[in-house]
Amino acid sequence: MTATTHGAPKAVATTRHTRGAGSRGRAWRNRGWVLFFLAPSAVPLLLFTAVPMISSIWVSLHDWNLISAMRWVGLDNYTDLLTDEQTREVFLHTLLYCAGYLPLVYVGGLGLALALNQRMPARAFFRAAYFLPVVTSWVVVALVWKWLLNPSNGLVNTILGALGLPEPGWWTDPTWALPAVILSSAWKDLGFVMVIMLAGLQAIPSDVVEAATVDGAGPWQRFWRITLPLLSPSTFFVVVISLINGFQVFDQVYVMTGGGPQGASQVVVGQVYDLTFRYGRAGEASALSWILFAVILLITAVQIRGQKRWVHHA
Amino acid sequence: MPDQLTLAPPPAPSPAVPPPAPAAISTARRRWGALTLLRYAAVLAGAVVMLFPFLWTVVTSITPEGSLADGPRLWVEDPTTAAYGTLLETLPMWRILLNSFWIAVVSTLLQLVTGTMAAYGFARLTFRGKNVVFALYLATLMVPLQVLVVPLFIEMKVLNLQDTYMALLAPSIASAFGVFLLKQAVESVPRELDEAATIDGAGHLRIFATIIVPLIRPALATVAVFAFMGSWNSFLWPLVVIRSPEFMTLPLGLSTLHGQFTTEWDVVMAGSVFSIVPIAIVYLLAQRHIIAGVAHSGLK
Repeated sequence: MTATTHGAPKAVATTRHTRGAGSRGRAWRNRGWVLFFLAPSAVPLLLFTAVPMISSIWVSLHDWNLISAMRWVGLDNYTDLLTDEQTREVFLHTLLYCAGYLPLVYVGGLGLALALNQRMPARAFFRAAYFLPVVTSWVVVALVWKWLLNPSNGLVNTILGALGLPEPGWWTDPTWALPAVILSSAWKDLGFVMVIMLAGLQAIPSDVVEAATVDGAGPWQRFWRITLPLLSPSTFFVVVISLINGFQVFDQVYVMTGGGPQGASQVVVGQVYDLTFRYGRAGEASALSWILFAVILLITAVQIRGQKRWVHHA
Repeated sequence: MPDQLTLAPPPAPSPAVPPPAPAAISTARRRWGALTLLRYAAVLAGAVVMLFPFLWTVVTSITPEGSLADGPRLWVEDPTTAAYGTLLETLPMWRILLNSFWIAVVSTLLQLVTGTMAAYGFARLTFRGKNVVFALYLATLMVPLQVLVVPLFIEMKVLNLQDTYMALLAPSIASAFGVFLLKQAVESVPRELDEAATIDGAGHLRIFATIIVPLIRPALATVAVFAFMGSWNSFLWPLVVIRSPEFMTLPLGLSTLHGQFTTEWDVVMAGSVFSIVPIAIVYLLAQRHIIAGVAHSGLK
């Protein structure tokens, strides 16, 4: 073997070796940067979301009152809940809440957006006024409305009485408790939907609307055939967000009715709270929260799959 | 996507149609005028419905407690601040107000910092398992608070953080929603800018701070608005983890107040005024940015 043939592979090996060390160094440096940029969010998410999430599954498989030792029950909590009359009721109330709340905020918010999308005096003032309840906290809104809807000396019933209309018992009456919650919630979120729809309206190119006008489409036709279809991405956003939040309704129910009277307005999250902190049934509470999670996930997934049918993306 | 959302009225459509006969114009204009009036009346009525409850809250809070039972009166002949006195005696309201503010500000800042950094990491760094890690982030986004409440409560007990500011902040140090929104914003910044800066010798830190952050301001505003409102409104978590009045935030303080003064609406409404006024001032000052921030989220 000559020196040259002996030397060549050696030289190659050396370069390969140094290149390897360099890239390894770079890889380490890169890993350092990844850690630097991701750790500030990854660590808290791990500690305060991922860990509780996994523990929640663990808790849901036990009988536990938060104090004494946990007792393994397997899937019993789930099967018990799924056959329980009360679970059916709290889901029904939550569903009724969504069914009342969503049309109110959507139709109201869209109507306002359409009205405010044209020039009018004091437009900025109106937009600001409609949005004010959005920045007010749920607890405040619930308290203010609980007072407005006070059955005996509240303002709403006084007006209804003066007009000769029936005066419902609102949050003291099992039939009217949920409508009272729906009404105040819609009042709070109307401005939010309005802003989303207004942004959607302004994203509609004006030449499309003009072209339709030239083709002889009246205002009514323009709305149903042009505006509404072109607004479908905004509508989709509002429906998805409202349902996700609607199924998690809690604050306003807790403050206004506490789930009463006689459980007539108890919702799923209220039940999770009561099971844990009033009845000491943390296992069942965790299981119920996972059932709710599954329902929300399913509803959102169905909407995302179904959006192709009606959402027009520009 | 427009960089700054303008909510100005669209320009009036140009008269592309040949001018119709004079008679047609006048009837059309008359009908249009009536319609405009109707629309204006509806918007005005709506505004009254939206604003009146606020006025009513103030009126109730200054009505002497004894005359509340007589039925609603819009004009209070003998206004009193007695309800505010009772309020301040019952709960340390100024401290509670400050708690609400500083928890909201700190958690907003934390979410902006952690979120922007993570967004940069996901959008600009290459590493193995990036997609998996990002999917895990998104998974945390889908799990609602009520699923976490019980174990998180236990965790705080174990860490001995119950009834502290840290406990209030813990679940909102980082938000996957913020990371998601900001990552999209970072991805929309052209990579050529980074490359040019790299040639000039800039490292990740300088690119991050001087190129990326200034260019994703609209997204930062959106995340800030949602983070602040989320913290300001948060009720379930403080309700679970806070017991002592000195660590309460406004929603929890008010709910506690309502528990003590179930039928004394003047006191409850005084508490409501106490929590509406500061946020209303913030809102009026930052109104345009807040509305633009919310509008921006819907255009995703």
